[in-house]
Amino acid sequence: MWAFSYNLPAHRSARGRGTLTEETVLTIVHGDEWTTVIRPCTGWPGLGWRELVQSRELIALLVWRDLVATYQQTILGPVWHLLQPLLSTITFTIVFGHIVRLPTEGVPHFLFYLVGIVAWSYFSGSVLATANIFSAQAHLFGKVYFPRLVVPIAIVLSRAMPACAQLILALIVVGYYAASGSTVSLTANLLFVPLLLGMLALFSVTVGTLVSALTIRYRDLQHLVTFGITLMMFVTPVLYPVSVVPTKYRSLLVLNPAASIIEAFRRAVLGTAPVELRPLFVSLSLIAGLAIVSLFAFRRAEAAFIDTV
Amino acid sequence: MTCEAVQVEHLWKQYRLGQIGSATLREDVQRTWARLAGRPDPLLKVDETASPDSVRSIWALSDVSFAVREGDAVAIIGRNGAGKSTLLKVMSRITAPTRGVVRLRGRLASLLEVGTGFHPDLTGRQNVHLNGAILGMRAREIAHKMDDIISFAELERFADTPVKRYSSGMYVRLAFAVAAHLDPEILIVDEVLAVGDLAFQKRCLGKMGEVARSGRTVLFVSHNMLAVTSLCERAIWLDAGRVRAEGQASGVVAEYVSTVTCETSSFEELWTMDAESAPASEEVALRRIAIVPGTPQVRFTLGMDTPFRVVVEFVNRRAGARLHVSVVFYTDQELPAFTTWSAVTPEWRNRPLRMGLYRATCFVPGNLLNSGRHRIVVYVIRDLSWTALRYDSSVRFDIVDLERREGGWMSREPGVVQPRLSWENEFLGGG
Repeated sequence: MWAFSYNLPAHRSARGRGTLTEETVLTIVHGDEWTTVIRPCTGWPGLGWRELVQSRELIALLVWRDLVATYQQTILGPVWHLLQPLLSTITFTIVFGHIVRLPTEGVPHFLFYLVGIVAWSYFSGSVLATANIFSAQAHLFGKVYFPRLVVPIAIVLSRAMPACAQLILALIVVGYYAASGSTVSLTANLLFVPLLLGMLALFSVTVGTLVSALTIRYRDLQHLVTFGITLMMFVTPVLYPVSVVPTKYRSLLVLNPAASIIEAFRRAVLGTAPVELRPLFVSLSLIAGLAIVSLFAFRRAEAAFIDTV
Repeated sequence: MTCEAVQVEHLWKQYRLGQIGSATLREDVQRTWARLAGRPDPLLKVDETASPDSVRSIWALSDVSFAVREGDAVAIIGRNGAGKSTLLKVMSRITAPTRGVVRLRGRLASLLEVGTGFHPDLTGRQNVHLNGAILGMRAREIAHKMDDIISFAELERFADTPVKRYSSGMYVRLAFAVAAHLDPEILIVDEVLAVGDLAFQKRCLGKMGEVARSGRTVLFVSHNMLAVTSLCERAIWLDAGRVRAEGQASGVVAEYVSTVTCETSSFEELWTMDAESAPASEEVALRRIAIVPGTPQVRFTLGMDTPFRVVVEFVNRRAGARLHVSVVFYTDQELPAFTTWSAVTPEWRNRPLRMGLYRATCFVPGNLLNSGRHRIVVYVIRDLSWTALRYDSSVRFDIVDLERREGGWMSREPGVVQPRLSWENEFLGGG
């Protein structure tokens, strides 16, 4: 039997007590009871779920470190997280609302853009932060082993904090508009929000890890990420509602998992229309498929990256 | 009944040299396209096509196999680039082997990674939590050991100060304290730790000794042969990625040291009778300078306690000259260790010499020079005061200290000489 575990009180105390007979000890020895077996990485790597689950404390600590380290010294830190989407929203409202006059399904421009930006910036920020983890964490990865996936997961989780703060800000604004008789309202659809944020988190960690695995081999990809994310915003309904997209393009929009999530997110927060489940399921299956590819790419990359970085 | 804690079987590790690791997407697309079209790789140079697999790669480890029993302290020695770090990296799962298997029983931690993941904005205590978790400790375990760690690092007063305000010494102390409290079943200790001031080095070595004697499995990587023989029962000598020798630490270390010193030291300088190059003056010419170990040796290794002779042969070119030889020993820090001269023998003191070949031999007792590399400067003195010839000999020899120590300081003592002096201890009453 293989015991693949890092907490070993069982076999340790068994020997320590000395109550075992020689035969039992021999069976332990011959039972190939190694705790770690290191082999070359060939073919399909395992997923390493078990190790990942065992590292949940580490994930929690890394999230905690990011939060503490960010807010320990600065006063403006948390405020900045709220200022950023507000400034973007004001710009978008002026440019796309008042100059270009994009339609927003009757929703006040400011609100429409604010909600879209909150969701989008969580996604794009997480992708950008996880896309270069191998080079960013080389000093850490080169010195100590732990499941590498811990790092992107922790990044995406800790980024959820400012996203939630921004969401609360958005909800306050929605409440204000609702009270002043706009078409928006706070509805039971809000219950979808945690699910949608979870999907965004999963999608961003998927894209981020895939890119980070690929950048090990293709360095030039690094420069494309920022560019790619900016382009992606335009094919995602952040600045416009899905309803304005011509039907012939709408089937293409389904291929972008972020599209239906952002659209659903806006509907859930603004309460303008019911959240449609079907496009979300399509998104979820696309993300799941991509996640498997990305996970394998990442696992292969983590085994060999230190030799190439 | 002890069993094996570490088993390394036929381990190979290949590194590729140059820029092969990273590529551009365009090149890869070109390669794939050519392969699909059945053409040779368009990006390979002509001479590379013959054996594309063998280009620009080195084997950092080739067929390394060994086993370590539970509770053993084993040293891994070898020159820089012999594969020690690669072996440790594979064992601590930082990089994957190319072939072979490593099996470990229990948690492995390595003191390679002091201070890994420290965040400057977090306090000492917070960093202990974080660093401990990165090194594989459970949160409960860390909380339990927190006070021990802080007090080992002597940072009680600064535990809640961000580490960016720490001095570098405080930083290293805290980092080492965490690593020292890991309590893994298998511990890898790298001499990288021997940084900081003398007091801290002593402390680190002391802690390592404590760990090695605590019945834990320890792999110790060091260039300090004294520490190796003191802390470890067994040693594995890696040379160019292969296990060159394995066995009793003292034996393996002696073999290793003599091989290394043999390749870099020279024990003799010899000139033929008519050589133009021989150091000479009008009065005198050197023929030979040699260091000869006083006890028969397989290889020229001088232990601290090995007596040796310095032989100087010279030709006197002027009848009736009163010559004697003087030798100055220098350490590799260019400090003169001591000077000795042949005029101390009464019958040769200030004696007129006939023309011809003479030999002066100096007997250096054991336990005089401290360990380290030495060179000598040879003087031929006329009339007890005039320098007839001064010659910086290219003879280089190492004095090595391989005596096992039971504790305390396990490194070179300061001083150019290290004599064994007699001591008398008395109890003078009181108490």
